[in-house]
Amino acid sequence: MPTRPQTISARPERAAGQVPTADPQGTAAPESPGFVYAPAPEATDHVRLRDRYALFIGGRFEDPADGRHRLTINPATEEPLAEVAEAGPADITRAVAAAQRAFLSWSRLAGARRARYLFRLARLVQERTRELAVVESLDGGKPIREARDVDLPLVAQHLFYHAGWADKLELAFPGAAPRPLGVCGQVIPWNFPLLMLAWKVAPALAAGNTVVLKPAETTPLTAMLFAEICQQAGLPDGVVNLVTGGPEAGARLVGEPGLAKVAFTGSTQVGQEIQRTLAGSGTRLTLELGGKAAHVIFDDAPLDQAVEGVVDGIYFNQGHVCCAGSRLLVQESIAEPFLARLTERIRRLRVGDPLDKNTDVGAINSRAQLERITTLVASGVEEGAQLFQAPCQLPTRGFWFPPSLFTEVAPSHRIAREEIFGPVLAVLTFRTAQEAVERANNTRYGLSAGVWTTKGSRILWMADRMRAGVVWANTYNRFDPAAAFGGFRESGFGREGGPAGLAAYVTLK
Amino acid sequence: MAAMTAGVAPPEVALPGPALRSVDGVGAEARAQLFASRSIKRGAKRWALDLIVRCTDLTSLEGADTPGRTATLCAKALRPDPVDPAVPPVAAVCVYPALAEPASRCLRGSPVKVAAVATGFPSGQVPAEVKLAEAAAAARVADEIDMVMDRRAFLCGRYVEVADEIAAVKAAIGGRHLKVILETGELGGYDQVRRASWLAMAAGADFIKTSTGKIQPAATLPVAVVMLEAIRDFAEATGRPVGFKAAGGIRTARQAIGYAVAVNETLGGAWLNPVRFRIGASSLLNDVLMQIAKERSGAYQAPDDFSQT
Amino acid sequence: MSAPSVAKTPKLYLGGAFVRSESGRVYPLGLVNVPRASRKDLREAVRAARAAVPGWSHRTAYTRGQVLYRVAEMLEGRRVEFIAALGGGRASGREVDRTLDALVYYAGLADKLAQLGGSVNAVAGPYFTFTVPEPVGVVALVAPEAPALFGLLTHVAAALSGGNAVVALVSERRPLPGLLAGELLATGDVPQGVVALLSGLRTELVPQIGSHRDIDAVDSAGCPPELRRELERLAADRVKRIVPASADGTSPGHRLALATCELKTIWHPVGV
Repeated sequence: MPTRPQTISARPERAAGQVPTADPQGTAAPESPGFVYAPAPEATDHVRLRDRYALFIGGRFEDPADGRHRLTINPATEEPLAEVAEAGPADITRAVAAAQRAFLSWSRLAGARRARYLFRLARLVQERTRELAVVESLDGGKPIREARDVDLPLVAQHLFYHAGWADKLELAFPGAAPRPLGVCGQVIPWNFPLLMLAWKVAPALAAGNTVVLKPAETTPLTAMLFAEICQQAGLPDGVVNLVTGGPEAGARLVGEPGLAKVAFTGSTQVGQEIQRTLAGSGTRLTLELGGKAAHVIFDDAPLDQAVEGVVDGIYFNQGHVCCAGSRLLVQESIAEPFLARLTERIRRLRVGDPLDKNTDVGAINSRAQLERITTLVASGVEEGAQLFQAPCQLPTRGFWFPPSLFTEVAPSHRIAREEIFGPVLAVLTFRTAQEAVERANNTRYGLSAGVWTTKGSRILWMADRMRAGVVWANTYNRFDPAAAFGGFRESGFGREGGPAGLAAYVTLK
Repeated sequence: MAAMTAGVAPPEVALPGPALRSVDGVGAEARAQLFASRSIKRGAKRWALDLIVRCTDLTSLEGADTPGRTATLCAKALRPDPVDPAVPPVAAVCVYPALAEPASRCLRGSPVKVAAVATGFPSGQVPAEVKLAEAAAAARVADEIDMVMDRRAFLCGRYVEVADEIAAVKAAIGGRHLKVILETGELGGYDQVRRASWLAMAAGADFIKTSTGKIQPAATLPVAVVMLEAIRDFAEATGRPVGFKAAGGIRTARQAIGYAVAVNETLGGAWLNPVRFRIGASSLLNDVLMQIAKERSGAYQAPDDFSQT
Repeated sequence: MSAPSVAKTPKLYLGGAFVRSESGRVYPLGLVNVPRASRKDLREAVRAARAAVPGWSHRTAYTRGQVLYRVAEMLEGRRVEFIAALGGGRASGREVDRTLDALVYYAGLADKLAQLGGSVNAVAGPYFTFTVPEPVGVVALVAPEAPALFGLLTHVAAALSGGNAVVALVSERRPLPGLLAGELLATGDVPQGVVALLSGLRTELVPQIGSHRDIDAVDSAGCPPELRRELERLAADRVKRIVPASADGTSPGHRLALATCELKTIWHPVGV
């Protein structure tokens, strides 16, 4: 049973009243002590974590052959949560073999029967949603509000959506005789651990494949709970196999000869290595990699919602989002008031205890990630950009970084080009729509983009020209299993969600 | 909007940027949802409940209201919970003009204000001179006037007329506190809510108020968010802080706390007092009292433990 | 004694012009000297293709379809010449017929791709969301060695129908029909730079295609097996899309066209 992280006092509310006051009635407004929200911790007494987790192979929990384990910690406190097995080569080969055995019967099962299992998984996730949300928050540092309101509902929805495809594959690919591929090796990141698992597992299973999935080394726990859910659902042994471990395990898995398909979500660098590994092998591959999304604000934008969109775009999940709107492009004519409002809004973000229901920004996922963010921010300062950081009191233990924003950024700065994967926004300006598009597209990535304007024709013009797999207009960071998600250029290839996502898991005539 | 400068309304109405800024409804609703889902516990909850009582305009606006009923209302306003002396009086009692006099008698010498609705409440569909006469008459007794904005003129696009009328009422009530009811449920969208907010503030409103309570939808949190953002922008542009009143359909303490959170996170603590924040309600008060008693005693309360109004 | 015939010098089709390799190199094929494109020729072809993408991809799909149909008209008009270029005989006639069919197929496909590859997505929220195919940009095509004309033009037409620009390596052993096809494109209203046709040695050019950083996708239909691994390994540097072998273009199909398309999902709130 994990102990709750030490309570992190939310930053005291900023003394309000930035506005000069001439009182309407001539009576001065009485001094208000302010509205300081008391800690509102999510209950954790319904969460039962084991001390140690084994690999999930062939429907059973099995200890790793060489007995190695790795500690997973709470990044908000650095306290240990559990020990998790470190899969070695023999374990991974064994998992692939189990998946191959399971494929023989799973792939022949009627679609409607496979659907039943997936629906059951969706329901079990819904039943245990609060527990899963708490563990996601504990293990990864994300605010419980996001785990509860975003991650978990989407996990269940992904399973439910794809369950419905299992018996309708012929409708998705008419006349193409869709067939499952075989065993899919899947490697997922730490930013949305269970959601990424659902994105990978749901379409694979719906199409009749079996999977060997490796969760990220810093966030394996919800995957282990998902293994329990697979058992609860009575999913046939070996259909889902989970091998925990670090990068070596991931590299080993994607190089396994028995795989028909590899799906990876993570950094562009690792994605490129996987593409090299699989070169010439004929193994199917989809990659969902990094991004450096442009978030374009025109002067006629619905300003207050645009501010929220920008905040959601870069501070959601501490900026640990591949599609984060990390490059803000503001039209010059509105840059000053927009930034004033944005910085005011950033001051109000509540940074702290991820398990507090009022927390807006939680902990950085790991020490390594914190170091990367710190390094890149230092480079921004060094290169001459102006740094603004929310004046928040960060806890002394755990991994924390304040919501940050750079102005006076040149397009050549590292902070404007490299993916930071943290709560750091680079602000640039533009004058015309043409210039906005050019700047937006001046990147090696192409995962997502945002545009805010009330002019309908301009939305469509921008959406057409921005080189990104997802364009959010007058909104940001929306996800749905029915809507294809994936990148252009070095943000990867292949889509997840919708019929396009399903296509990655079938072979067609 | 450029034509606006032709009227009585001060020039800030003509500011094109903030006045006409569009609002994305889905985004505004998402923002409101965040405020509504804030988890307000323990000390913060006690503070908020107390604030809500202090900011309540205890309201009765029925054709069947009588001086006797008004007296009951005023008694409740002065001592909302007789068994708990720590519960403060409410901000004001809000009645029709004809009942302002009895209300004023009951409340004399107390901090509780008398607010009277005026200008042909709730529809405003009476001749202009009647509106002014009614407002002036009400202002002879009441401390605060809750006028209804002219939606007929507004929806016809005659914004100067809307602003001029507000300014005229403001002049007619001679320094009394003016709350302008936008009746947002009749305006047709968030853009119009923002525009109406700006018009009313520019024309001299001390408060802008969501609704009469006679129309559905009445107050909603997304509409409140849009109005609060307009207040913030107006204060920034002119230096004049305008108050906000939510009215209509707010029945539970939880709903009311959502409004307090929205005010807190949009305007800040300087607005969290009865001078700048009001909630117009009747049945809300008892729910808040039940919550206060529950916070005090730890036990859930029964409705009959609290007097009806 | 009759006068010697005026033989046509085979040339690369590059940036809308018929040119020799900048390197001046050729490789012999019987009595003909075939241009041996260099990496600089490839670079120029990619540069021209990149410049042509915005214009071509923003032609309406209907227009692109008409342009492809015009290419078919050109081929029909020069049927005899192309049959001869393919070596004559009934098999060559059949290949020209199949090529015509493929061109007409993709001419008619261009304005259907959005409906075949796109979707309106029923999302769980107040948003209108749709997904549309968009050209990936610059496609490098390693055309099949054989059939030299059909293989080339099927894959070119597929990529063009989606709005891409194509830099193609024509058949190494039978380059003449492919190079000749440049004349169809030039007279068939395909804007300059949208298609480049290069002849040369695959061992030399395929790795260049793999490593070139301004190529978005590779249709490796005709890539020799011994070069495939290196091509794909090099392509990883730019995370290039590799058109899967299953979309092999042995018969025209919409999936081959969609294989050189990206999908873009666009979201907008629905509200007042």
